[in-house]
Amino acid sequence: MIKEIIVSPKDYLKLGLSKVKLVWMLKKMMEIRFFEEKVEELYLMKGLITGPAHLYFGEEAVAVGVCSALENGDLIISNHRGHGHALAKGIPMKEVMAELFGKASGTCKGLGGSMHVAISPERGSLFASAIVGSGIPIAVGVALAFKYEKSDRIVVTFFGDGAVNTGAFHEGVNLAAIWKLPVILVCENNMYAIGMKAEKAVALKNLAERALGYGISGLIVNGNDPVAVWLATKEAIEKARKGEGPTFLECKTYRLKGHGIYDQAKYRPKEEVEAWLKKDPIINFKKNLIELNVLSESDIQALENEIKRELEEAVDFAQKSPILPFEELKNYVYA
Amino acid sequence: MRELTYAEAIREALRNALIKNPKVFLIGEDIGAYGGAFKITNGFLEEFGPERVRDTPISEAAIVGAAIGAALMGLKPIAEIMYMDFIPICLEQLANQAAKIRFMSGGKLKVPIIVRTQYSLGRAHGAQHSQFLPAWFFQVPGLKVVLPSTPYDAKGLLNQALKEENPVLYIECSLLYRVKGPVPEEEYSIPFGKADIKKEGEDVTVVAISRMVHEALAAAKTLEENGLSVEVIDPRTIQPLDIETIVNSVKKTGRVVIAEDDHKTGGIGAEIAASIIENAFDYLDAPITRVASPDIPIPFSPQLELEYMPNKNKLIQAINSIFKG
Repeated sequence: MIKEIIVSPKDYLKLGLSKVKLVWMLKKMMEIRFFEEKVEELYLMKGLITGPAHLYFGEEAVAVGVCSALENGDLIISNHRGHGHALAKGIPMKEVMAELFGKASGTCKGLGGSMHVAISPERGSLFASAIVGSGIPIAVGVALAFKYEKSDRIVVTFFGDGAVNTGAFHEGVNLAAIWKLPVILVCENNMYAIGMKAEKAVALKNLAERALGYGISGLIVNGNDPVAVWLATKEAIEKARKGEGPTFLECKTYRLKGHGIYDQAKYRPKEEVEAWLKKDPIINFKKNLIELNVLSESDIQALENEIKRELEEAVDFAQKSPILPFEELKNYVYA
Repeated sequence: MRELTYAEAIREALRNALIKNPKVFLIGEDIGAYGGAFKITNGFLEEFGPERVRDTPISEAAIVGAAIGAALMGLKPIAEIMYMDFIPICLEQLANQAAKIRFMSGGKLKVPIIVRTQYSLGRAHGAQHSQFLPAWFFQVPGLKVVLPSTPYDAKGLLNQALKEENPVLYIECSLLYRVKGPVPEEEYSIPFGKADIKKEGEDVTVVAISRMVHEALAAAKTLEENGLSVEVIDPRTIQPLDIETIVNSVKKTGRVVIAEDDHKTGGIGAEIAASIIENAFDYLDAPITRVASPDIPIPFSPQLELEYMPNKNKLIQAINSIFKG
């Protein structure tokens, strides 16, 4: 069955979310946005970091909404566009930044880089695959282990619209479905797989309809509203914990930047970009929270100052950190 | 000592692991209700139940992917890929994920999976059900690659794989399943990266892989009747590769022939030959020679396949040729 979860911002406080949690959501989203702006600056203007970096700019509400529905012990599996997942799961900005700098103080000691930055098992972010779709079967295995050990933990796997056309997606989702495994399949439909538009890549109106072919539930949600994402994730998690199997959760969002940092994304119609800029998740969430008297403009300013200070410290930390000595590389190949 | 077949030795190691370690489970196609394509796991489903002997749909990538995920959570999955020809279907999970997760996580994660597979060269299975592809994995640091040739090694190497914290590709040879040999009842394991001198000799070293160990021993016996003393070395694992034992043998004999079932070009023998040249060039009295499969897909026709395969006679010819001139 496919269902759309619709939330009116007026009802944010009627859904069981505390003001503290709403503020936390906003802060995390702002943290991701400022972080990505800084990364862009460090790449393009200062040349301090290099390699691929896929920004989460515009998709902040997905990671934050999903992660705010998780309990201790639940895990996420991230992907190549993982800065947002890492920060939403509570990995400190300095560790994430240091990884982008390739430093030994990064989440992966500088051996993973941007596409694996969200590897911090102790914080519930287990793994990040840079091969599109391939994290799905691995998440299925994590869920299989939870079931094997009769635990009520669940695992979330994040993937984009491009991943739903891979063999790994098909094989993995099918296993999760037949074994009713506790895995939440979070599809971050940002409408583009690099330059390939989702509507040209899939002959379905909604990607969530893929769920029907596997005999599992599908949910559609506004991926630019963290509360709607949180609510949909909660529903999927409840189902998973009860042993009722996986849910395909399609979060409709938009990649406000290019695929990678150097992509100017000229293949996107101007009107389309402008329309989505109006749906900017952070601008709208701020406005909604102010209207609900959850916080004021000056509270937001204070949050902004705090994040920016932390961000400067993170850059400083990353710049000053040493790299791993080359002779040590061989020690990481085999246990 | 009691004798078991190669298949029984593998089965015994698997069964003991399932009995002793609750974190061990098997996952693969037709390993449960059907009893395994080669009956290695026959009866396991009844004995251990469907959670520990998990039948899967035909989904090789997800079999290995799921094993990786379960291993990340501390379980010890043993995945079965029915034919080595199906390894390309899960190569992504094996080469990009399993082999690299520890490294690219900066050592935070480990992937202690075992992937068992077998090759069926010599059984008229044609070009897509006979291939022997271990040399591919020389280019994949992070994996360990194991090639047992005897029942004794099969059990001991599988026991070692069970103790490993790294992903292990364990490659069986289906023509060897019925070969018998002594296997101790007690538990023992054989360390990886330690070649076994299957037979000592003075005049020529034969480095033989998997099935070819038996052809090499047979060739050695024939040649010995003609007064030529052959040393047969079985590396047992090619990742890691015990080049030291091979080089020491070459220093003694001055001559080496490599016997392998894979294609000659870029095969296991190519890597071993290069390592011998790097380490024992001055000791060589004759060119290094390889006896391998030709660079042709494996033909179905049983008569053609027989001509195609490396064997004892081709090995004898190769050895004799390096003693001429």
